[in-house]
Amino acid sequence: MKWQMLNNINNIIFIPEIFLALFSFISLIFGLYVKKNAFRQTSNFAVIILFFTIILVYLDNYSNFADYENLFENSSFISFFKILVLLGSISTIIITKDYFLAIKLKNFEIPILFLFSTLGMMLMISSNNLMSMYLAIELQSLSLYVAAAIKRDSVTSAESGVKYFILGALSSGILLYGCSLIYGFTGSMNFNEINFYLLNYENLNMGLIFGLVFVMVGLAFKVSAVPFHMWTPDVYEGAPNSVTAFFAIVPKIAGVALIYRFCLVPFQNFYLDWSQIVFFLSIASMFLGAIAAIAQTNIKRLLAYSSIGHIGYILIALIAANDNAVKAASIYMFAYMVMNIGIFAIILSIKVKNEFLINIYELKGLSKSNPIVSLSISIIMLSMAGIPPFIGFFGKFYVFIAALQQELYLLSILGVLASVISAFYYLRIIKIMYFDDNTEIINIYFKISYQAKIILFISLFIIIFFIFYPSFLINISSNLIL
Amino acid sequence: MITLEHYLFLGAIIFTLGVLGIFLNKKNLIIILMSIELILLSVNINFIAFSAYMNDISGQIFAMLTLTVAAAEAAIGLAILVVFFRNLGSIEVNKINKLKG
Repeated sequence: MKWQMLNNINNIIFIPEIFLALFSFISLIFGLYVKKNAFRQTSNFAVIILFFTIILVYLDNYSNFADYENLFENSSFISFFKILVLLGSISTIIITKDYFLAIKLKNFEIPILFLFSTLGMMLMISSNNLMSMYLAIELQSLSLYVAAAIKRDSVTSAESGVKYFILGALSSGILLYGCSLIYGFTGSMNFNEINFYLLNYENLNMGLIFGLVFVMVGLAFKVSAVPFHMWTPDVYEGAPNSVTAFFAIVPKIAGVALIYRFCLVPFQNFYLDWSQIVFFLSIASMFLGAIAAIAQTNIKRLLAYSSIGHIGYILIALIAANDNAVKAASIYMFAYMVMNIGIFAIILSIKVKNEFLINIYELKGLSKSNPIVSLSISIIMLSMAGIPPFIGFFGKFYVFIAALQQELYLLSILGVLASVISAFYYLRIIKIMYFDDNTEIINIYFKISYQAKIILFISLFIIIFFIFYPSFLINISSNLIL
Repeated sequence: MITLEHYLFLGAIIFTLGVLGIFLNKKNLIIILMSIELILLSVNINFIAFSAYMNDISGQIFAMLTLTVAAAEAAIGLAILVVFFRNLGSIEVNKINKLKG
């Protein structure tokens, strides 16, 4: 049945990954042949491609593509996260378009890099084999290394590219070493076969423990969990704001999905072995994300630490590892994506004294000059802090429900504590906008394109009104199967 | 008689050398690129040793794919290095200090 589908040349193009790969190449040629406004046209083309890919992923619920030795898997969890990734990269391409044009970075390759890394992320989420996992991670991160260093005349961009490349390549190497050990000690690369093989054993032997730890290190690096977070603030700060938006919104979703699948499919019977690692990663990420962000004044560094903190909460749900864990993770990731799209859409459009926003103190007096913008920032910040009527609260709420169901009291208490600490720096931004002394008049301009305004409006709408109709997401996410 | 353990030890030693090369090196970014290659190649030794030991072909396929990825990674690494060199006029590791906080 599946083979028939693959042999049918008419259907092969409707497999979402193949469609996306094919049209990414086509858009490369498209960008070469368009003479005028190549960047803008290629971006629009990329958005259309990603939109059709979403439709294909939605319709592709049952078929496994490239079923050869089960390199890839398809399930409702995978489809959900693929759609999240695609929505994230569509929104990012739309909200960053005007910023790229404003800083005169008009290479049409930029949206194509985003397309390829999105392809890598889709493959990463659906991979069911160590080999396809590694190759997908590399496809994703090689595109992102280039994206970080894309502003060639800027020292900081080049430096962030170098940093990201060295640390990323090191972590990929460590992950690969782990893969080789797991392959050697189980004799298989397939996730299901590894699980099947491990059923015969009570404890993991030394080689497998090393393999598991090494792979977890590599994955923790990709989602920037503490202590493998050191690249995040530097890369976020150095890369152009628009590339930072992509870094913050999209790759984290894919990384989280992969870390869930890796822990819960091949090693599902060795909960005690990996949960110790994740336990440490989770607590360290939450607290470092909360405490280190207090000292930051650069808005991008602050958001970097905030995203490290968010990863900590998602890992709490992974430790719970029950039915609610997957539900909590998908709700949290959705909330994380929506909030980050909102905040970056605003950051990319604020200009202070003809410079784009860098320091949070430049927001002083925003409540007088742009009351609607400052209200939007306040809502997003409150939502990130997890204050009730907004969507961020529901993310944390379901994470803690999952944790309490497994009686992880210590972890839940620490999570709430870290959440309280992190509320400080979110609220500080609101304080700067509304209450700081703003006698000197600073020119703050807010200029946003029509399309980006729609994205911003949708994300704010979801953040504010999620409470009235939460069931649309909760029904979907509670039926997800790993 | 060379057994599987010997190959694994060789792989582990080369891997450690690669990681140490990244952390101990103070001078040159090119050395870091070479260390990354060393890490990837040590993994290849592991894969091929396991593959030959178990009579299973997939390890060797993975080794071939790793070689390809290593080439792509070196190309991108060198490209980023060139961009860095144009901006700073040097590829010393100590010069990577603009971003911190």
